[in-house]
Amino acid sequence: MNRKENFTAGFIRENPVFGLYLGLCSTLAITTTLNNAIGMGVAVILVLVMSNVIISCLRKVTPSEIRIPVYIVVIATLVKIIQMLIKAYAPALDSALGVFIPLIVVNCIILGRAEAFASKNGIFDSALDGLGMGLGYTVSIIVMSAIRQLLATGILSFENPFHMDQVIFSLKLIPEDYVISMFSQPFGAFITFAFLAGALAAYKNHQNAKEAKKEAEAKKQAAQLAKEAK
Amino acid sequence: MDLGNLFVLFITFTLINNVILNQFLGICPFMGVSKKSSSAIGMGAAVTFVIVAASLVTYALYYWVLEPLKLEYMDLITFILVIASLVQLVEMVIKKMSPALYKALGVYLPLITTNCVVLNVTLNNISEGYTFAEMLTYSIAIPVGFTLVLYIFSTIRERLDSSNVPTAFQGNPIALIVAGIMALAFSGLAGLVEFTHCYII
Repeated sequence: MNRKENFTAGFIRENPVFGLYLGLCSTLAITTTLNNAIGMGVAVILVLVMSNVIISCLRKVTPSEIRIPVYIVVIATLVKIIQMLIKAYAPALDSALGVFIPLIVVNCIILGRAEAFASKNGIFDSALDGLGMGLGYTVSIIVMSAIRQLLATGILSFENPFHMDQVIFSLKLIPEDYVISMFSQPFGAFITFAFLAGALAAYKNHQNAKEAKKEAEAKKQAAQLAKEAK
Repeated sequence: MDLGNLFVLFITFTLINNVILNQFLGICPFMGVSKKSSSAIGMGAAVTFVIVAASLVTYALYYWVLEPLKLEYMDLITFILVIASLVQLVEMVIKKMSPALYKALGVYLPLITTNCVVLNVTLNNISEGYTFAEMLTYSIAIPVGFTLVLYIFSTIRERLDSSNVPTAFQGNPIALIVAGIMALAFSGLAGLVEFTHCYII
């Protein structure tokens, strides 16, 4: 697998959220607004890239019996740093995301990448993998939050996380009489997620069927050629 | 704090503010071990033990060690290490006592460490400023709610196996739709707190 494939794996093929069902808790909980999703995504990317780099650096000196506690301590330290920075510079984001910032520690994506990738690969590759997976996660939660916010409030908006009253953009797409406020409730979170996961599964099935068809055709052609040669 | 308020706290966090359906915590084991109702009960028991023990230990550590030493910023690291060691302990006990359950829970047993419910409860005990009695009620109510929903969900899922589902929705997506409908049903219990306030206390 080359570097480009490795980087893009997180978007569709091995999408951590809708494909592998990792990091579901934060995905379901914080995707009520676009603001939350982008803030959470950036925090996860930062933690994931740094933890992958550090764990990759330590991979030769960590005894394999205690590797999980080592990973957890590295991740917890990084998350605490990010949490303190968010609290200091973007307090509105801190109160919106609440307990889900410290809970990045137990986000399966981060520990999963540490175990599956960073503990076996070099520093640069690990950083790239962290960035790719983090972006895959971020794109997924942005898509989901855009759908939920749009259906629940009819408005798609994004504010500067450092000064909450500074609106970067705000689009009113659905008139107030037609919004479905259910989508900001837990029910909406589960349903939106189920449909997005179903869509990804359908796309993958379609792709697999295409490949299988191609292979079958190639086989048929080879058989015909062999027949003609006889 | 009298007993009535503790009861309201208990009802709030088992049924109304349910940890899975309302706070979206512990979704991984919720999807992972809900295929059989027997393993759902085993998982619920293991999580209950870990949460209660972890709450007691972290509560004591925070107020007796971290706060006097002005090391509050170490909470996350301390708590996660306490949880990891407790999970290791539970794993050893279950392996010895019930190899069948150990096998059924599989990888989800060590993954209790990364179950957000546990860390969330220990962090909330501190950030909400609970007294000892409240802390104990809260850390029993949360896993009871978790086990209840996990069990109901697993019985539905057993029936789901024999139903005809569109290919793209097979497996997890249809389970998530079931969870959504369950969340809808549980949101109907929201009036229960007022009821207990009016009639029981």
